[in-house]
This record gives sequence, C-alpha cells and structure tokens, in this order.
Amino acid sequence: MTFDLNTLWFVLIAILFTGFFVLEGFDFGVGMLLPFLGKTDEERRRIINTIGPFWDGNEVWVLTAGGAMFAAFPHWYATLFSGFYLALLLMLVAMIVRGAAFEFRSKDRDPQWRATWDWMIFFGSAVPALLWGVAIGNLLKGVPIDANKHFVGGFFDLLSPYTLIAGVTLLLVFLTHGAIFLHLKSTRTIRHRAAVVVKAVGPVATVAIATFVVGTYAWTDSFARLGVNPGLVPVLAVAAMLGAGAFVHRNAMGWAFAMTCVAMALSVATVFMSLYPRVMVSSLNPDWSLTIYNASSTPYTLTVMSVVALIFVPIVLAYQGWTYWVFRHRVGPDTTLEY
Amino acid sequence: MDSLTLARWQFGITTVYHFFFVPLTLGLVWVVAGLHTAWVATRKPVYLKLTKFWGKLFLINFAMGVVTGIVQEFQFGMNWSEYSRYVGDVFGAPLAIEALVAFFLESTFLGIWIFGWDRLSSKVHLASIWLVAIGSNLSALWILIANSFMQQPVGYALRNGRAEMTSFLELVTNPHVFVQFPHVITGAMATAGFFILGISAWQLRQARDEENRAAFTLSFGIGATYGLIATVAVMVVGHSQAQYMMRIQPMKMAAAEALWDTENPAPMSLFTWGDERERRDKFAIKVPGLLSFLAYNRFEGEVRGIKDLQKSYEQQYGPGDYVPPVKWTYWTFRMMIGAGIVMLFLGAWAALAAFRRRATQSPRLLAVLVPAIALPYIANSAGWIFTEMGRQPWIVFGLQKTADAVSPTVTGGEVLFSLVVFTLLYGALMAVDIYLLRKYAKAGVTDINLHGALGAAPASALEGAR
Ligand code: HDD
Ligand code: HEM
Ligand code: HEM
Repeated sequence: MTFDLNTLWFVLIAILFTGFFVLEGFDFGVGMLLPFLGKTDEERRRIINTIGPFWDGNEVWVLTAGGAMFAAFPHWYATLFSGFYLALLLMLVAMIVRGAAFEFRSKDRDPQWRATWDWMIFFGSAVPALLWGVAIGNLLKGVPIDANKHFVGGFFDLLSPYTLIAGVTLLLVFLTHGAIFLHLKSTRTIRHRAAVVVKAVGPVATVAIATFVVGTYAWTDSFARLGVNPGLVPVLAVAAMLGAGAFVHRNAMGWAFAMTCVAMALSVATVFMSLYPRVMVSSLNPDWSLTIYNASSTPYTLTVMSVVALIFVPIVLAYQGWTYWVFRHRVGPDTTLEY
Repeated sequence: MDSLTLARWQFGITTVYHFFFVPLTLGLVWVVAGLHTAWVATRKPVYLKLTKFWGKLFLINFAMGVVTGIVQEFQFGMNWSEYSRYVGDVFGAPLAIEALVAFFLESTFLGIWIFGWDRLSSKVHLASIWLVAIGSNLSALWILIANSFMQQPVGYALRNGRAEMTSFLELVTNPHVFVQFPHVITGAMATAGFFILGISAWQLRQARDEENRAAFTLSFGIGATYGLIATVAVMVVGHSQAQYMMRIQPMKMAAAEALWDTENPAPMSLFTWGDERERRDKFAIKVPGLLSFLAYNRFEGEVRGIKDLQKSYEQQYGPGDYVPPVKWTYWTFRMMIGAGIVMLFLGAWAALAAFRRRATQSPRLLAVLVPAIALPYIANSAGWIFTEMGRQPWIVFGLQKTADAVSPTVTGGEVLFSLVVFTLLYGALMAVDIYLLRKYAKAGVTDINLHGALGAAPASALEGAR
C-alpha cells in the first residue's frame, strides 16, 4: 500500500462513512424504536428529543460523503448512484419523509397526525438502515460492471441471500446502538424499556454479525484477499461488539456505547480495507472493477480537496463534539420539549 | 417520452421545488437573526415574540429545504452519470466543499439554536443563529460557483476525454459568480421581504388586539424596507447580469427576446407571438432601441439574432441545433421581470405607508399584499427556468450537450417511476407545508411564551385540530 493522494481520499471517504454510521446509526436506531418504546405522546416526544439537536448534523456526514465521492472519484459516484438507481430512490424517499416527520410531527395536536409521522420516522429510519447494509454487501460481493464502468444489472441483481443478511445485520446493529444511546439519554420508564431492548436485541445482532462474517468469507473474495488471518482490525471490531455485550451486563452503558461506536468504526474500516484499492468490484471481470486510480479525479483536484478537508474536517469535528457536550443531559420529565 | 426528456423533467421539477424553499431560508434567516439580536440587546418582549414567530415559520420552511436538498446531492449521479464523469473533476469540488463547509455549519448550529434556549448563555445562543445565516448563504455561494461553471466554464482543460480542473482559483473567481450570486441573494431577500409583508398585512387586517397590532406593525415596517431595498437591488444586479449574458451567452439573450435577426438598434419586445419552427414573428409589439439600451446603456448598438448565432455556432461546434426553446425563454424572462416590476411598485407603496405610519389605514394595500407573497416565487422559478433552458442544448456551455450527459444505463421506465414518486411525494409535502405555514402565520404572537424553547404548537392555533 503506497500512501498517495488517491489513498488519502479513500481513507477520508471511509472516515466520512464512519462518521455517518456511528452518528446517524444511533439516531436511526432511536427512530426505529420510537413507536414501540414510546407508549404515550409525551414519551414519544421525549424519545425524539434525545436525538433532536443531532439528527440533521449527523445526516450531513452522508451528504458530505456523497459530495466527496463526486469530487474525488467521479466514476464511483456516477456508477454507484446510476447503478443502484431504484434502491437509492427508496432511500431518498425514506430520508425525506423522516426529516419532514421530525420537524412536523409536533406542529399539530391531532393524535392521528402525530401517529402518522411517528410511523414515518420508523420507516424512514429502518429502510435506510437496511439498504445501507444491502449496499455494503453488494460492494463487497461485486456487481455487474462492464468495461466502460457502467453498471449493467438491475434492481434485483442487488438482492441475494448474502446482501440481505448484510442488510438485516446493519439494521440490528443500529437498533442496538440506538437503544444504548437512548438508555444513556433518557430517564425512568423509557430507560428501562431501552435496557430491555439492548439485552434482547444485542445478542441477536452479535449472531447476525457472525453470520455476516461467515457469509463474507463464503460469498466474497475477502477470504482470498485478507487471508485466514485477517489482521487486527476485523478481530478488534468483533471484540468491541462482544465487549459492548459484557458492559451491558455490568450495566455500564456509557462504556457499552463507546464499544458499539468502536465496533462500527472498525467495521467500516474492515469493509474499506477489503475493497482497497478497488471502490466497486466488477463481478464480470476483475479488470473492470473501479479502483481508486481508474475512477479518480486528477492529482490537482485531489490536492485542492485535501487542503480543504484537512482544514475543515477538524473544525467540523470540534463544533459537532461541542454540541454533544452542550446537550449531554438526559431528557427527563422536566426538560422543555421541542419536537 | 425517452429517458432524456424524462430525466430533464425530473431534474427541473425537483430542482425548482427545492428552490421554492431555498430563497425564503436565505432571506428570512437574516431577519430572524436581527430580531433575536434586538431582543438580546434591548430585552423588549416584542422582539423575543417576533423572533419566535418568524423563527417557527423559518423552521417549517427550512425543513422542506433540507429534505428536498438531499435529492439534489445524489441526483447528478443517478440521472446524469455521463455528466458526472465528464466534469466531476471540476464540478464535484464545489459541491463537496458546500457540504463540508456550509451544510455542517447550518445544520449543527440550527440544532443548537432550536434546542439551546435554556442551555446556553444568551450571547452564545444568539451566535448560533448568525452562524446558521452564514452557513446557508455560504451554501448558496458554493452551489452557484458550481452552477456558474455550467454557464461559463473556466479553470479547466480538456484532457483524457473529460474536463479537468487546472485552476481552483479561476473556478471560484468565475466572473459569472459575481453577477449570479448577488442576483440570487437579493432575490432571496426580496422573497423574505414580501413573505413578511404579506403575513403582517394579513395580521393587521384582522387587528385582533393591541399586542398583535404592535408586533405586526413593526414587522410590516421591516418587511417593507427589506423587500423594497432587495427588489431594487435585484433589478440593478439583473440589469448588469443581462449585459454580462449578452457577452458570454448571446444566444440566451436573443432567445429571451425572440430576436430572430441581428438588429441595430435592437428593439425590446413587449409581446411577441411567433412561429418557432419558421423562426419568425406572427405578431409583435416592440419598443425601438430598448434592447440595445439594456445591452449597452445607449439606444444603439448591434444585438445579434438567433439565425446569425445559429450559423456561427454551427461553424464553431459543428452541425446541430443550437437554439433553445424560445417560447419558454421568452415568457419566463417576462414573468420574472414582470413580477419584479409589480414588486417594485408594491414595495414602494408599502414602504411609504409604513414610513407615514398609515399601513393599517389602507385596506386595499393590506389586501393586495397577501397574494403578493406569490410574486417573488414566480420570479425565482421563472428566473431559473429561463437561465437553465436558455443554456440548452448545452448542459455545460460549449463543452457538453444535455443529450450526452444522461445516464445511459438507467431505463426510461426507471426514470418515469422515480419522476412519479417524487412528484406525488412532493405534492403531498407541499400540502402539509402550506397547511402548517398558514396555521402558524395565523396564530399571531399572543400565545408565544417568553421562556424556554420555541415550543411545539400554540394552543389557540390548535382549536379544531383536536
Ligand atoms: C442559491 C441557493 C441554493 C441552490 C441553487 C441550491 N441549494 Fe440546496 N440548499 C440551500 C441553498 C441552495 C440552502 C439555503 O442552504 C438550504 C435550503 C434550506 C436549507 O435547509 O438549506 C439547502 C439545502 C440543501 C441540502 C440539505 C442540507 C442539510 O441537510 O442541511 C442539500 C443536500 C442541498 N441543498 C444540495 C443542493 C444541490 C446539490 C443543489 C444543486 C442542484 C442545490 N442544493 C441547489
Ligand atoms: C435551485 C435553483 C435551480 C433551478 C430552479 C434550476 C432549474 C433547472 C431547470 C428548470 C432545468 C431544466 C432545463 C431544461 O431541461 O431545459 C435545469 C437543468 C439543469 N440544471 Fe438547473 N436549476 C437550478 C440550479 C442548478 C444548479 C445549482 C445546478 C448545478 C450545480 C444545476 C444543474 C442543472 C443540470 C445538471 C441540468 C441539466 C438537466 C436538464 O437539462 O434538464 N441547476 N435546471
Ligand atoms: C426586473 C429586473 C430583473 C432583471 C433585468 C433580471 C435579469 C436576469 C437575468 C438576465 C437572468 C439570467 C442570467 C443568466 O442566465 O446569465 C436572471 C436570472 C434569475 N433571476 Fe432575474 N432579473 C430581474 C428580476 C428578478 C426578480 C425580481 C427575481 C426574484 C425575486 C429574480 C430571480 C432570478 C433568479 C432566481 C434567476 C436564476 C439565477 C441566475 O442565473 O441568477 N430576478 N435574471
């Protein structure tokens, strides 16, 4: 691995996706839990307010990742989004109704109105979680890409047992991650219910991860590429997930949350490592895969973008970190509710 | 319809729709920040109430801007993959920078502003809305740098079968940005001005109680001043933009005027009904010399016509049809300018009334200002449709044609399906948005609490909703 600009951008995009999975991961999880853990309107509002100040900022990680793919690897951006057309459409619809739901659900007192938007938050959180998993499965497994960098499959080519396992796994992981977050940010009843979810879903998620790992070895070329000994990163990812389980049992939810964050980050790292130096694998001919070299922008553009990123990514991290500090308190009965 | 036509419809619909919400965000945020500052400086309750009143309308609108913006970020890859490949090296950069520099700023600090009322010191909390204002206007700057490249490509070289960036500095200092950005920003401010005016006028007509009357008289004054100044500014800038366009995209100006033949001095058309295929007028009313004046600030000077330009483009770029859809460009240009002229008149009337403290005494003025909210929306949409249609057949002027930019692997059926989905979804959201805006606009300021967060819904607004 030579560390050039193309690799730097590959790493930076991995970092943007890490930010997205770690941060939006928990608000997707909370969104999926909303209709089930909030029995009354007041409870639901409290649940939404735990992620209220954050969800939009979290979503920008994926928008930035999309923009960064466009700038650094235009062919990746073009092939991926025109290729996964209908899947992306579904994801966009989900994200649109979800964003609208957060802002609009409390703006009217009609119970029917609120219940409708609450279910939109549920679907808007569950669908992208599932689809991102399916997308990752497809990135690892490879998709039909021809010699001209064009995706030549259809929507149903994206669905296979392996990619569906990937989707369900990611959904379960987000659910666990979100439940732990909710436990940290809520009080009493909701807190107890969140704990129940963590203990019930956590183990299932762990089993799903194991299935996914086995599937990855069976259905993708990761085995051939990483070898029997895959190196430290994936092993640590699994260890972090198991560690999260251990902390949950000792009721150390803060640590458990730290562990799911680490697990998520290392999993993204694993996915990107097994792709490297490819960004999209062609299932038709290995030579037709998109790589960080044949899909990339010029060194000049990459240099410009590197300067911008190295200045602004730390600034963004600083002020987003500060936001989490400002809103570190639990959302309890005496908190003024906005949404 | 083929997938190209469908993709164009889809882009047009989703983008115009996105730009329905964008200008109000861009223009209103400064007013909300200003009112909030007035509250922190004076602690007069009316400022806090108005901050929250306009702040809530701002948030409802902002939410729509955000959710429709998500589509924009991915659309280039979905429907215009060949475009993305061809110019991604240049065009991707401002788009990525927009997200990194602007979207993070506005979304993060908006969260802080909404939820930070009793968590932060009032100065820090106030700073957050100013950062939102800076963030959203920065986002406009970067996206317009991207769009300006499509209107007037600079800072690139054609290499390896695509456009590659050679100078980032040239890209961001594209002279086109210097006319487009001010025009869009002042247009946005005018939008906010008329929005404030219209709602204040509605409230003043109801004249429910002293508190609302005082608050909306103040708002009326702010809206009138802001709206009038911005309308004058958008026209002044628009004029220099037209002169600039004459140099870099003469075909767009010729199409805007349905000027088939080169003329000197060139007349400006007030009304033309023509035959696009035969390229001639059937009926026209023209003011002699006015187009020359618009172009050169004097009543003579050659303005090149469509037929001439078509010939010289053929020589330069090879055979093809280089004439944009003239009916569209001609009428959208007139809608924009017509709306602007009515806005100028109404803005001056409202400002005069506000200045003489007579706003409430003119029921006709108050009545007409309510539907006048639509004027800047018409002008904004018409302006973009004109700009983008007038550039056709090019997607990037002189570099790539729209027909060559569309995704080759996406089928017509897929585009049609997504077009239908977006149209239905956007239609439903528009209904919700208008319902909420009306409800909160009508609620007035009486029930707004002076403590804590913006709060969900004022009780009086909800009667009948239960
Ligand atoms: C002149 C201004 C302007 C123009 C031409 C556009 N936008 Fe926009 N956009 C904004 C001004 C803006 C804004 C004012 O910053 C918004 C509107 C309301 C808001 O929340 O931010 C926004 C929101 C917004 C968002 C959501 C950001 C978030 O989550 O906070 C995205 C992803 C985009 N836009 C992307 C685009 C793309 C790819 C465009 C080109 C086709 C585009 N916009 C045209
Ligand atoms: C928000 C304001 C904008 C509006 C309302 C708008 C409107 C439109 C419309 C109506 C078309 C269709 C023209 C036609 O097909 O004849 C179009 C085309 C296009 N515009 Fe814009 N535009 C906006 C901003 C932008 C920006 C900022 C970009 C790029 C950064 C852009 C890129 C394009 C592209 C790629 C097309 C080609 C697709 C096509 O020809 O239909 N637009 N736009
Ligand atoms: C009455 C005087 C006006 C003139 C002379 C004028 C002129 C222009 C011109 C020449 C363009 C096309 C620029 C190009 O393609 O290069 C344009 C575009 C546009 N106009 Fe206007 N305009 C006027 C009023 C308005 C008003 C009142 C609004 C909105 C409130 C508005 C909003 C827009 C928008 C959003 C665009 C598209 C973006 C752009 O290219 O700048 N205009 N205008």
